[in-house]
Amino acid sequence: MATLFQGVGAVTPFSASTSLHSNKLHLPPRKSLSLSESRGAIFVHRSDARLNLKPATPKQDLLIPNAIATKGDTSTPTKSGHELLLFEALREGLEEEMERDPRVCVMGEDVGHYGGSYKVTKGLAEKYGDLRVLDTPIAENSFTGMGIGAAMTGLRPIVEGMNMGFLLLAFNQISNNCGMLHYTSGGQFTIPIVIRGPGGVGRQLGAEHSQRLESYFQSIPGIQMVACSTPYNAKGLMKAAIRSENPVILFEHVLLYNLKERIPDEEYVLSLEEAEMVRPGEHVTILTYSRMRYHVMQAAKTLVNKGYDPEVIDIRSLKPFDLYTIGRSVKKTHRVLIVEECMRTGGIGASLTAAITENFHDYLDAPIVCLSSQDVPTPYAGTLEEWTVVQPAQIVTAVEQLCQ
Amino acid sequence: MPLSRIASSSHASNLLKPLSAALSLCRSISSDSTSTLTIETSLPFTSHKCDAPPRAVDTSASELFSFFRDMATMRRMEISADSLYKAKLIRGFCHLYDGQEAVAVGMEAAITKKDAIITAYRDHCTFVGRGGTLLEVFGELMGRTCGGSKGKGGSMHLYRKQASFYGGHGIVGAQIPLGCGLAFAQRYSKEENVTFTLYGDGAANQGQLFEALNMAALWDLPAILVCENNHYGMGTAEWRASKSPAYYKRGDYVPGLKVDGMDVLAVKQACKFAKEHALKNGPFILEMDTYRYHGHSMSDPGSTYRTRDEISGVRQERDPIERVRKLLLAHDIASEKELKDLEKQVRKDVDDAIAKAKESPMPDPSELFTHVYVKGLGAESFGADRKEVRATLP
Repeated sequence: MATLFQGVGAVTPFSASTSLHSNKLHLPPRKSLSLSESRGAIFVHRSDARLNLKPATPKQDLLIPNAIATKGDTSTPTKSGHELLLFEALREGLEEEMERDPRVCVMGEDVGHYGGSYKVTKGLAEKYGDLRVLDTPIAENSFTGMGIGAAMTGLRPIVEGMNMGFLLLAFNQISNNCGMLHYTSGGQFTIPIVIRGPGGVGRQLGAEHSQRLESYFQSIPGIQMVACSTPYNAKGLMKAAIRSENPVILFEHVLLYNLKERIPDEEYVLSLEEAEMVRPGEHVTILTYSRMRYHVMQAAKTLVNKGYDPEVIDIRSLKPFDLYTIGRSVKKTHRVLIVEECMRTGGIGASLTAAITENFHDYLDAPIVCLSSQDVPTPYAGTLEEWTVVQPAQIVTAVEQLCQ
Repeated sequence: MPLSRIASSSHASNLLKPLSAALSLCRSISSDSTSTLTIETSLPFTSHKCDAPPRAVDTSASELFSFFRDMATMRRMEISADSLYKAKLIRGFCHLYDGQEAVAVGMEAAITKKDAIITAYRDHCTFVGRGGTLLEVFGELMGRTCGGSKGKGGSMHLYRKQASFYGGHGIVGAQIPLGCGLAFAQRYSKEENVTFTLYGDGAANQGQLFEALNMAALWDLPAILVCENNHYGMGTAEWRASKSPAYYKRGDYVPGLKVDGMDVLAVKQACKFAKEHALKNGPFILEMDTYRYHGHSMSDPGSTYRTRDEISGVRQERDPIERVRKLLLAHDIASEKELKDLEKQVRKDVDDAIAKAKESPMPDPSELFTHVYVKGLGAESFGADRKEVRATLP
C-alpha cells in the first residue's frame, strides 16, 4: 500500500529516517522483535515496519537488526543448516505450520494424493489425511470461496492455485470476499487465508500459463502480497503468511522451484512487509522481485566488472511496499532502476515508480527507469519469449545510461 | 398478555384435521402456552430423491405468537426502511424482504445459533432473526457508527459473528461457495451443526452453485442450500431465465424439497428435516416458494414486470403474517385487539430505533483506514488530501 506513505511535506513518516542521513546504517528506529518461544530455541526475525515518531525501544532478546539475507550467507551463525530446494523449503514451512496449528489446512487441485503439481505438498496428505490436505475438483471460483468461508469461521486454509493464472476465475472471491470482508463487517470477521501458487513466465508454457497476476491483484484493498525468491525467504514467508491474520497472496515462480540453498535448522519466520537487501551498493538502487532477482544479480556481476556498484534490493513485499528500506536506499544512491517481470502497463513497477516519485522525488538525481516485460501475450517460440522478459544485458545497459 | 387467556382455559384437545388453503375458524384451545399444538401445513411438500416430511407440524401457542411478533417486526422494519430511503436517509442499494419474512422466521425456529446462516443482499430480516437489533439495522442502513458493521458495510453487509450469521453479500451467488466453506469448517471441526446457504432464483443459474454443490456432495458437507424463489430475478421472471424452474430438483444427485415459503410452519418443518438429513447424509436443497411485495430494490418499482393484481393477489391469499394471525385467532391464542396492540407496539419500537439511529454519529474520518488489515502495519496513514486526516492504524 503505497498510500500509507503519502504524507510528504512537513510531516514525517520519515523523520525517523532523516536522522539516518549519514551513511551509517545502524539500528533502524523501527522495532525489531525477536521472540524466543518455549518450544526450543527459535529465531523469529520479525520487524513491525513502524515509522512512528516516538522513539522506538527495541526488545533486546535476540536482536537481529535487519532481516538481511545476503547471498551465500543466509544461514544464521550458530548451526550449519541444511540444504534443500525451494519447493522443499515451502513444504517444510507448510508442514511446520500444520504441525503447530491444527486449524491449518490445504486445499487445491492435486495437492493431496498427487502430492502437488510442483511437489510442494508431497507427503502431506498421507500424514494429515484427506480432509486436511484436500483435493478439490477443478473449480477455482468455488474452492477459493470455500477457503474464504472456512477462514471466516477461524480455520486457516491455504488455497493453492495450480498456476496463478487459474486464479483469475476466482477473482471475484479474492477481491470482494477475501479482501473486503474484514472491512465491510466492521472488523467482525478475519480472513487468515493464504493463496499461493506459481506464476510468471516459464519455459515456453504459452500465453495463458505465463501470467503475472500480481499486477491484477495489487489494487485489492485488504490483502497483502508477497513474492518469494530463495528457499530461505520462501520458507520464512510461507510461515509468516500462514500466521498472519490478514489474507496473504504468496507468489511463487515456476522457474525457481529447483533452486538449492542452505537454510537454518532453527525455526524462523520472516516479516511480510520487509524487503531484502541482496547486495548493498552505492551507485544505483535496483529494485526487483522473484525471478528477475537472478537476472539482476547476473547483470550485477557484469556491472561490478565494469566498475559500477549497484545496490540490489529484493522488494519481496509487493503490497504494501517496504518504502522504508527502499527510501533509505534511494537517499543513498539517488538513482533507481526497477526490474520486474510484470507487464509495463499497470504492473508492480508502475505502482512502485509512482510511490517512489511521490515520496522521494527530492532525492532522485535521474528519472526512475522501470524495465518490465512487454505488453504482449507471452509467445510460445523460445526466442520470442526471451524477448518479452527483461534480460541481464538490458539491465546492464539501463544502469549504464542511468549512471551517466 | 394473550397468554393469560390460555392459562384460564381448560380445553386440551389439539387440532389435527387437515386444513385447506383457507383456514377454518373456531378450533379448540390448548391448555397452556407451551403444550404442543399440531397444525398442518397448507400445502404438501414436494420432494426430490427423498421422502417428504409429514405435513403435521408441532408448534405451541407461544411459538406461534412469537412468529407473529417477529414477522410483524420485520415487516414494519422493511416498510420503515422504504420511507427512510425515500427521505434520502438511506442511499445506494436497499433490498427489502417484506413478503418473505416466513422464511427467516421459520428457519430460526428450527435451528440453533450455532448453525450458520449465510445469505445474499436481502439480509435485513435474516440479521434480525439471528439476534440483530433494530438499532443496528437502521444504523447500518443510514451509515452510522451504531450500525452492525459500524456504518462501513451498508445494507448488503450485515453480519453477526456471535450468532453465526455470515452475511450479507452483494455479488449474486458468491456467498454459495462461502457457505460451502462454512460447512467444510463445521465438518473439519467435527461440530454437529449445519450451514444454511440462502440464494435466490436468479443466483440459481450461477456456475459456482453447482461447483459448490458438487464439492459439498463429494465430501458430505452439512450444507443446506436454500433457494428463496420469489419468482423474479430482479426484472426477469423465472420462466424467462431458467430452463428448469424446479430449483429443488437441480441438485440432481442431491435430494431436495419444495416448500411453501409463505407458510412459516412449513418452513420450520422443512428446515428441521433438512438439518437432520444434512447431519447424516450431506447436502440438501430447499426451495422456498415465496414472494416479495417490493421491487428488487428501492430503485425498482416492481410493477413493470408483474401486475399489481398479482402482487395484491398474493398479499391477500398468501401473506405470511395474515396466515399466522388467523391461526392465532382460530386457536384463541390472542384476540384481535391484542394483536393490534402488538402491532402498535412494534411500530413504536421501530420508530424508537430509527430515532435513536438518527442520533448516532457518522463514522469519524479516521475510520476510513481501520479494519482494512487486521494487524496494523504500524505506519501512519493519511487521507486523500494528505494534510488533514491522520489516522494511526491499530
